[in-house]
Amino acid sequence: MKESSPLNLYKFLPQTNCGECGEQTCMAFAAGLIARERTIDECKPLFDPKKQKKYAKKLASLKEVIAPEVALVYTGTGDQQKKVGGEDVMYRHQMTFFNWPPFAYDVTDDMELSALVERTKAIAEWRKFYIGNWEEVEMIAVRSVTGDPAKFAACVKKVQETTKKPLVLCSFDPKVLKAGLEVAAENRPIIYAATKDNWKEVAQLAYDYKVPVTVSVPFDLDGLKSMATTFKEMGIDDIILDPGTAPNGEKLQETLHNFIKLRRAATEEGQKDFNFPVMALPITAWMANDDPVRAAYWESLLTATFVCRGADIMIKHSIEPHSVMPDMHMRFNIYTDPRTPVQVKPGAHVVGKPTDESPIFITTNFALTYYTVESDLSSNSIDAYLVAINTDGIGVQASVAGGQITPGKIKETLDEEGLNPAERPHKAIILPGMCAKFTGEIDELYKYEAKAMAGPEDSGRIPGWMEKNWPPKK
Amino acid sequence: MGEKMNISDLNKKLAEMDVKSLEGVTIEGDIELEIDAGAGGVGPLFAYYFGEEVAKVAVQLVNMAKAFGYPVDSLLQPVAVAQAISPAPEELAKAAPEVPAFKIPDTLKSAKFAVGTDKTWKTQIQEVQLGATKADGGSRGHVIKIGGEKAMPFFYDAAMPNRPVVTVDVFDMPIGMAKAVKMHYEDVMSDPADWAKKAVKEFGADLVTTHLISTDPLIKDTSAKEAVKVVEDVLQAVDVPICIGGSGNPDKDVEVLTKACEVAQGERALIASASLNLDWEAIGKSCAENGNVCLAWTQLEINAQKELDRKLMKVAGVPRDSIVMDPTTAALAYGLDFAYSNMERIRLGGLKGDEELNFPMSSGTTNAWGVREAWMVKSPNVEDSDWGDRMLRGPIWEILTGFSLALAGVDLFMMMNPISVAYLQEITQSLMGLVKAETPDTTNWISVGV
Repeated sequence: MKESSPLNLYKFLPQTNCGECGEQTCMAFAAGLIARERTIDECKPLFDPKKQKKYAKKLASLKEVIAPEVALVYTGTGDQQKKVGGEDVMYRHQMTFFNWPPFAYDVTDDMELSALVERTKAIAEWRKFYIGNWEEVEMIAVRSVTGDPAKFAACVKKVQETTKKPLVLCSFDPKVLKAGLEVAAENRPIIYAATKDNWKEVAQLAYDYKVPVTVSVPFDLDGLKSMATTFKEMGIDDIILDPGTAPNGEKLQETLHNFIKLRRAATEEGQKDFNFPVMALPITAWMANDDPVRAAYWESLLTATFVCRGADIMIKHSIEPHSVMPDMHMRFNIYTDPRTPVQVKPGAHVVGKPTDESPIFITTNFALTYYTVESDLSSNSIDAYLVAINTDGIGVQASVAGGQITPGKIKETLDEEGLNPAERPHKAIILPGMCAKFTGEIDELYKYEAKAMAGPEDSGRIPGWMEKNWPPKK
Repeated sequence: MGEKMNISDLNKKLAEMDVKSLEGVTIEGDIELEIDAGAGGVGPLFAYYFGEEVAKVAVQLVNMAKAFGYPVDSLLQPVAVAQAISPAPEELAKAAPEVPAFKIPDTLKSAKFAVGTDKTWKTQIQEVQLGATKADGGSRGHVIKIGGEKAMPFFYDAAMPNRPVVTVDVFDMPIGMAKAVKMHYEDVMSDPADWAKKAVKEFGADLVTTHLISTDPLIKDTSAKEAVKVVEDVLQAVDVPICIGGSGNPDKDVEVLTKACEVAQGERALIASASLNLDWEAIGKSCAENGNVCLAWTQLEINAQKELDRKLMKVAGVPRDSIVMDPTTAALAYGLDFAYSNMERIRLGGLKGDEELNFPMSSGTTNAWGVREAWMVKSPNVEDSDWGDRMLRGPIWEILTGFSLALAGVDLFMMMNPISVAYLQEITQSLMGLVKAETPDTTNWISVGV
């Protein structure tokens, strides 16, 4: 959607202020649509069959106006459904990037059964805690290495028995794809791929099984548009583009240029006839590099390139921690909504089941800092009060320098929360290590009836610090 | 509304109009069709209850009726009609409007893809020369130019005139550092000149940065006069352009950096840095008077960056070709999103003509080593998946922090780990098309054996 004025969406709404959507007015709902906080199906009257005649035109116009600039394709079903595409902007600060590109990690149909199950589990169960969320992998790509439809079907079946995550079925042989679809179609996998050689058969499969299809015409955007347009005219709507991913050399430069061109055509130029989501293949890094660390690093570089510049879904290989961790964080950071400040509510938060004897930790209300400390406490079973000082969402180091956290403000916050360390058995609070210089002043504020202790600079070291320093010596 | 007509009546009408599309359709009996339906087409339910042929006839009838002026606009609500008869099977009730028959064409439709360039990018980023040879008043073996872009980095709109470069950090005293970094410098940590040499000769540093951290009153409080001797040593030891950094103490840095400017007179050394929290005027003037380049450091705030750049130019008299910006690097997982968008906005602003923002940018990429994921042995969160080998995690953390900011517009990277330096140079030069490598045939990636 390019529209930024609620007024221009309001004219397509019933304008009755019925309140069914939960907003008081249709104008407020229009503003919610602009902010992407509301979806049109929440406007019940627009979809009421009895009012179809009255609102059909409005609904059709509204749908057209709010459609994302990059088309949106769904894969998977139920709570495993994932969005592919649906972006509106070229640069994240212009609004936000909405749907982070699903990472589909590969398994192959030539793997031993036990190895297949083990790798599938490793992919499906990977997780890391970050800013109050568990990061996870979204999808699995099943590659046909043997070319044998029966082996492919057996592999797909095994993967589906092991995880509910949606699949990308990868083969250029329509017979192999069909075998995979026979066992997986109801979970709405993506098929990869239609090419200049097999497109008729693959189009038939996409139609018969009602699944999203990837059209692959590497390094030829005219050819790619030609095939996507042909599919679209056949009535196939859920199309994903593979413009080719080269892992090195000048061809890599061409790859990036193609991704930029496709995103620009969809978002900045509004080319509605060719605005399909785009697939990147960082896995190709493994074709250009023999050393596994070098291949993994290059896969991360390709991932970062296309997370920042225009990919809507990716097929990847390395599930080593030195790959998954940085790649997940890169995607998380780039897809963080810049419109929302990453803050938590200032004040005292309870971690575990603190008693009077439990420590009071001080931190800031910058969400990244807060959740890091909170997870370090809770995952180590430390019961505590964690007090977030209102620093307007600025981290500890910067807010010490900028004066958003001060000894006075720490005491003030504790007073407001009714936490008086002088009245608690251990008569102490624990500051972030980076606030160490506040200790004397805080002691003075409490008239030396309670003391401020300097904790470690990284909250990951709190457990070790606690062993040495808590409870405090009298 | 209740307009009723019998099939026989309509047949008569149709016959009169010679409607060919109804030929061959026979309807037995005198069925009375009361079609309470609109002209929008026939839904699957309607087809289900009335049969495909009859439904088609019905549509024709409605269209006919419309042509004759019957008020049929509010007609044809097939669902309502059907439900009046009997409940429909659920899957049909949910079915979408009838899909036209699927037909695969014989050939692909021909198409041409075209996309333009960004016409709002009208202003070139200032090109800045770092280092000076004997010919232009310095002692460096060669100079390095950064900036000069006419488009976002690696875009096809315009080629980048200069490649991104790396300056490797050297400290004037041994410091604590992550194991994956320390292992490369342990043998030279006690001698900044050797350290600089190693960075250039063995690790391919384009420049070196001498950080005079021992001058911090809380560390060694080395005097400015004493500290800048290290700068002289480094200038002797290597012939690449250099950067000079202070300790971060806002009072002492003014003294140390202005002294360093004098020592490096004419070298076009990058002086790190002037900021709004210290006497930027003194540092800026000293850069201008001694032929050095001023690094303008702000903290993730585009308006502060504009203010500082403006003041350095207008008040301190720093020439446009002697300003580089450091808008602050928040590392991967530690606020990279802020740094990335701030820099991307600054670069876009510069290209669109903001003359307070169209300078090259520098990134303190070494900040990546402050991120726990880069150096910690294992996760403090016991429920996390295994974090693996930190010796492999650290370098990629620094690489990706720098590289993502290269995509946002950074021209100069302050880095530490030699592996990270090599990767950053290789990827950025690849994306500029400068690396000739044999690219494998990726069309068969599906069956590749990894």
